[in-house]
Amino acid sequence: MATQLEPDVRADEDAFRTEVQQFLAANFPEELKGKSNALSGVDGPTNESPAQTKWREAVGERGWGTPTWPKEYGGGGLTKAQAKIIDQEFAKVGAYNPIGGMGVMMFGPTLLEYGSEEQKMEHIPPICRGEIRWCQGYSEPNAGSDLANLQTFAEDKGDHYIVNGQKTWTSGGQWADKCFAIVRTDKSDKHRGISFMLIDMDAPGVEVRPITMISGTSPFCETFFDNVKVPKKNLVGEEGQGWTIGKRLLQHERTNISGGGSLARLMGQSLGDIAKKYGETDADGELSDKVLRDKIADFEIRWNSFLLTARRAVEESKAQGGVSEISSVLKKVGTKLSQERSELLIEIRGLQGLGWEGEEFTDGELEAVRGWLFGKATTIYGGSTEIQNNIIAKRVLGMLDHQ
Amino acid sequence: MAVLNEEQEMLRDMAREWATNENPVTEFRKVRAAGEPHAYNADAYATMAEMGWAGVIIPEEHGGSDFGFMSAGLVVEELGKTLTASPLVATTIAASAIVLGGSDEQKAKWLPKLASGETVATLAVDETAHHDPSAIETSVSSGKLTGKKAFVHEAHGADLFVVAARDGLYLVEKGDGVSLTTRKLTDQRSHADVSFDGAPAEKLEGGGDSLLDDVLDRARMLTAAEMLGMAQQVFDTTLDYLKQRVQFNQVLATFQALQHRMADLFADLAQMRSAVEAGLQAVDGGFGVARAATIAKAEANRVLHTISNQGIQLHGGIGMTDEYDVGFYLKRARVLEASWGSSSYLKDRFAKLASY
Repeated sequence: MATQLEPDVRADEDAFRTEVQQFLAANFPEELKGKSNALSGVDGPTNESPAQTKWREAVGERGWGTPTWPKEYGGGGLTKAQAKIIDQEFAKVGAYNPIGGMGVMMFGPTLLEYGSEEQKMEHIPPICRGEIRWCQGYSEPNAGSDLANLQTFAEDKGDHYIVNGQKTWTSGGQWADKCFAIVRTDKSDKHRGISFMLIDMDAPGVEVRPITMISGTSPFCETFFDNVKVPKKNLVGEEGQGWTIGKRLLQHERTNISGGGSLARLMGQSLGDIAKKYGETDADGELSDKVLRDKIADFEIRWNSFLLTARRAVEESKAQGGVSEISSVLKKVGTKLSQERSELLIEIRGLQGLGWEGEEFTDGELEAVRGWLFGKATTIYGGSTEIQNNIIAKRVLGMLDHQ
Repeated sequence: MAVLNEEQEMLRDMAREWATNENPVTEFRKVRAAGEPHAYNADAYATMAEMGWAGVIIPEEHGGSDFGFMSAGLVVEELGKTLTASPLVATTIAASAIVLGGSDEQKAKWLPKLASGETVATLAVDETAHHDPSAIETSVSSGKLTGKKAFVHEAHGADLFVVAARDGLYLVEKGDGVSLTTRKLTDQRSHADVSFDGAPAEKLEGGGDSLLDDVLDRARMLTAAEMLGMAQQVFDTTLDYLKQRVQFNQVLATFQALQHRMADLFADLAQMRSAVEAGLQAVDGGFGVARAATIAKAEANRVLHTISNQGIQLHGGIGMTDEYDVGFYLKRARVLEASWGSSSYLKDRFAKLASY
């Protein structure tokens, strides 16, 4: 049931909307209309243009890129309703949110929950202003799905740690200023021997090597730590609390991977419409290839029920004041379906849908190919589908651990 | 589970309690054993109607509660869990046709009797074993309806038929010119080919050109709600079974192969529930009903099909026995999957609605 807004609340919201509109008119550079945030992309930010810098600074100064974060740390200090107004007004004029990346999506919310006052004062404001890029130091060559098997070791040296080891799949590592990492501080306890700490990427002993992926891009890196000095003030929470904090951060990550955001954008164009452009149609406007038509409809029906499920998860979580149990299926279902969509897109386009480069292919066709390949990672990272199945079976369905 | 209002929660809890305590699957076994063609317990249906369940979508002025399809769906879902044999779904579908297309006189004459449970009604559209509302031969001349309808649900108990003819929907009462041939299907419920031979018929003049489609979408939604209850029950029962059955000195639930299969089914069930609830809400909201109902019934078909098969497989040999309930769900599932649109019919309709 929608609650009727009090008249003065509505007046406040109208006033805020006007404020946002005025801000956009004064600060949003026309040339950036319809562009997206370079900082948030894992494919590598290009150097900022003067207009991009101006826009980032204008939004960052007000904390409107992180509208609901507390004002004392540089956030907007706004309500969810006001944040929605910002979204709506930005969208209306084709303005992107210039404040993004892992700092906003994952690290910031986690630090706000577990960080000390000093840590929050030091790290949150630069995130809100979009000045610092964060990367994630989690996976290691022998700690993928079995993440707690990580071996990177932080040796206690009194007022600092000396870190040695190797991280991998560090998204955007080559462009990051800082890394939030889980490292081992105690070799005798698998889970409680892990600590969460913050490492400067330009500290002596940090080396980053980009990994070329099957898509031809290098969004991930190997990161090597060779006697890297990390001051103790960069330990988040207690020593040994890293697994708990690290897992909490992963919840933010999964929400972002499965979450409406990137997936909902794909909904832009119906596969049926695309297929009509590439294939033949009957006199009545239906696709002549009935087998393909059936496959597309089959996919789109399931895609729709996924979107309905994502919406239901939000509604249920709101109503019951906790995470709905169906949230646990969103990552696995959403990633599987978007992979299926990419495959269907190729089937619809035939060999024209498998172009690697060249002017004979449209940008859309080439992007789809890279997206198809890169998309294979989505069921592996952020907790693979198999790990999601373990979580659903054990935590939600109460099926017991293997003895 | 969709977020419900207080009325809806009460209605659902009442239905759940009654189905669990008064009408478990053993009641369906009794109906089966009795072997009567109408295949339901009339006393049980009278009780259901007394509780107001036959009038959930009927306006208050005609003796119903007008709670809407989401509410009706909640009741039907709970009853589906215990395979309650009753003409509730059929009568509600027929009632929706009269609500949408009936004249004031027709509404005043029939709706109160449908709401009270005094009259049982059903919708008769298809003329072959496949759902195809575009292939109707039944015709009416001078108020007399002639045609053959195939596999009509709850035909034996029905006092009133809502019949699709080439030029619209008609009300036909049981009696002269109406004859039934029983078609016994795997679900052991009432189905019959109904032959109308110059039967007196009264047209539903209202509801516009889309009346038949609108009624069929409501039929799809209530059927999908019953299927949702069935799928949920098979899933829950199977999960319980895996948690107690021991092989190789450990309960089956500890095997990862089975854990992952259940995780897949859980995700499928979540999709089915989302689609069905959204479809019921769309009917109540009156917006995008055709598309929402198509998605809902298609997802219901897909997921119940899988879950009913896996229910048997995961129970192992015991799931093959008549003594265990899980097989009943499989046998009812296929009947409902084929009713008001198979998966291929619904995918074709979805594509048509999206203009490809």
